[in-house]
Amino acid sequence: MSKNLIPLWEVFIRPRNGLAHKHCGSVHAADEVMALQAARDVYTRRGEGTSIWVVPSSAITASDPENKDENFEPSLSKVYRHPTFYEIPDDVGHM
Amino acid sequence: MYSQGLIGAKTETTEDEAFLAAFQARIDAEEKIEPNDPMPEGYRRTLIRQIGQHAHSEIVGMLPEGNWITRAPSLRRKAALLAKVQDEGGHGLYLYSAAETLGVSREEMTEELLSGKAKYSSIFNYPTLTWADIGAIGWLVDGAAIMNQIPLCRCSYGPYARAMIRVCKEESFHQRQGYEIMMHLARGTAEQKELAQDALNRWWWPSLMMFGPSDTDSQHGDQSMKWKIKRFTNDELRQKFVDATVPQGEFIGLSFPDPDLKWNEDKGGYDFGAIDWDEFWRVVKGGGPMNRERIAARQKAWDEGAWVREAALAHARKRKARREAARMAAE
Amino acid sequence: MAGASTVSRQALTAFLLRLADDHLVLGHRLSEWCGHAPMLEEDLAMPNMALDLLGQARALYQYAATVEGAGRDEDQLAYLRREREFSNCLMAERENGDFAHTMLRQLYFAAFMEPAWQAMLSSSDEALAGIAAKAVKEVAYHIRHAGEWVVRLGDGTEESTRRMKAAVEALAPYVDELFESDDVTAAMAEAGIAADPAALRPAFDAIVGPIFAEAGLDWADVPYGQTGGRKGMHGEAMGYLLADLQFMQRSYPGAAW
Repeated sequence: MSKNLIPLWEVFIRPRNGLAHKHCGSVHAADEVMALQAARDVYTRRGEGTSIWVVPSSAITASDPENKDENFEPSLSKVYRHPTFYEIPDDVGHM
Repeated sequence: MYSQGLIGAKTETTEDEAFLAAFQARIDAEEKIEPNDPMPEGYRRTLIRQIGQHAHSEIVGMLPEGNWITRAPSLRRKAALLAKVQDEGGHGLYLYSAAETLGVSREEMTEELLSGKAKYSSIFNYPTLTWADIGAIGWLVDGAAIMNQIPLCRCSYGPYARAMIRVCKEESFHQRQGYEIMMHLARGTAEQKELAQDALNRWWWPSLMMFGPSDTDSQHGDQSMKWKIKRFTNDELRQKFVDATVPQGEFIGLSFPDPDLKWNEDKGGYDFGAIDWDEFWRVVKGGGPMNRERIAARQKAWDEGAWVREAALAHARKRKARREAARMAAE
Repeated sequence: MAGASTVSRQALTAFLLRLADDHLVLGHRLSEWCGHAPMLEEDLAMPNMALDLLGQARALYQYAATVEGAGRDEDQLAYLRREREFSNCLMAERENGDFAHTMLRQLYFAAFMEPAWQAMLSSSDEALAGIAAKAVKEVAYHIRHAGEWVVRLGDGTEESTRRMKAAVEALAPYVDELFESDDVTAAMAEAGIAADPAALRPAFDAIVGPIFAEAGLDWADVPYGQTGGRKGMHGEAMGYLLADLQFMQRSYPGAAW
């Protein structure tokens, strides 16, 4: 068996206009049309969304957790990218 | 659900001490483990086992309640039951998806269910004989499931925890639905009350068994607790369930089929009688009243659906080929 | 109940019960699949459609009960009428058969109801227009879902094509009945409550035609169409459907659940 696997799709849903699509799970479907319908039938039964994206799981390229430190740690020390790094007298007011 | 998911799980693992210690440190720091993270093989296997069995329980669990969808006694009950059984299918789907992040396919898990290699919750091997069983299942079985599932929302494995959050959110209506059915029966005619009491008598002990073997007999509890796949022991959860459920039953005037059930002031919980573990193991190993029928029903759906799945794939290949051809022609 | 001024209470009740029976019976059939679908995704899709149909049936029964004014409620209308009193079309009660039969039956019924609901959006009967406003969106999805499956099964494998053609063959005798007119439908059309069913046929063909074309399916010849559902003349399977549906209400007369 396992010769005829029905492809896996990742499902992203926009909860309401103004918000970004958010990953909420996956479905199995043979093609993109049925994947969208399956996503609708599975993940929006309680009014969870106003728009759906489906993406073949195989099309996602993910960063390697092995490279987590080199990818993400260098940014942690760059505190000057954050507004709190700069000292402005209170008298100036909100900036 | 189901601590029973750990029965037969192989938690032993072969990684070196430093790797295991580093992994344990992440778990102890309440970090979530995500699919591509390094993890001990034993952790991965235990999760596949537990999530798979949890998913199978949801799918097989559609059958006993599905048995009453066409016979629900009012249109309101019919809609609620259909929506509930549909939810179980959804929960199975979320859980299979979570297990798939660990490198096992839904098809492989399905084959393990059908071959009997993978288990599912023993409770679904009991028959639904009357409408009151639908009330009892919602109230007791879903009540027991919630006890198990709420701590799983904090499980160390991210995809499992996220699936459980979704499941718990949706499942909150299930237990209320069941209790409402029981309440109507218990307050109805003498005949209806008898239905309710009979259902409680039949489902009470199997519900207690859902939490799995007693802690003294549970082989895999320790390692799963350490890895935070499980957050309470079987006996702790069972006690919480009894303490929560007994007052609910008494409130609607039903009695529990356990002469040893009584409030224990000192421990601040109920004492209850001995569970028949022989029956539990008999049902887990295939000797329950409905084991054969449940698997036969799943096998039938799988076999009879094969041509549909093949057709969907065949059509998808044709679509793709046609699209390619159109693109080539346009270029 | 604006339409009631120009149409008899009896005719409107009869019309509402037909529609309600169609939706209840088809929803019931669809719900028989729950837990047994060809793939898990369909175990969610079919109950979604069944719940839509059941919801529409309830709204229609509730309104029928009001119009009838005989003190019956939705459950009494669904559970305590007998076989010859049910006036659903024969298409709705056909047994599920395989997945190809079920999806084609769904497509046919949805393609019949979509233009019917569209017309009822501007019904002279405000209550019915309100029910139509919700139903018209639901039925549009049923056409899409069932239609996509008909295409896939028709143009899938050799086996699926054979099964889809068998379904077309088997359900063909029940199509024409959907579009039959009689005194009840004539009264509705005259009062501007609902369209004459015969007038819905072109819209039905416009929905089903392109789907059949994509699926590689042809209409089956129907030398002898079947009819009678609107007069309570059903198939033999109908009695068993009602035995299931009404089991509890018949076993425990008068009990509330």
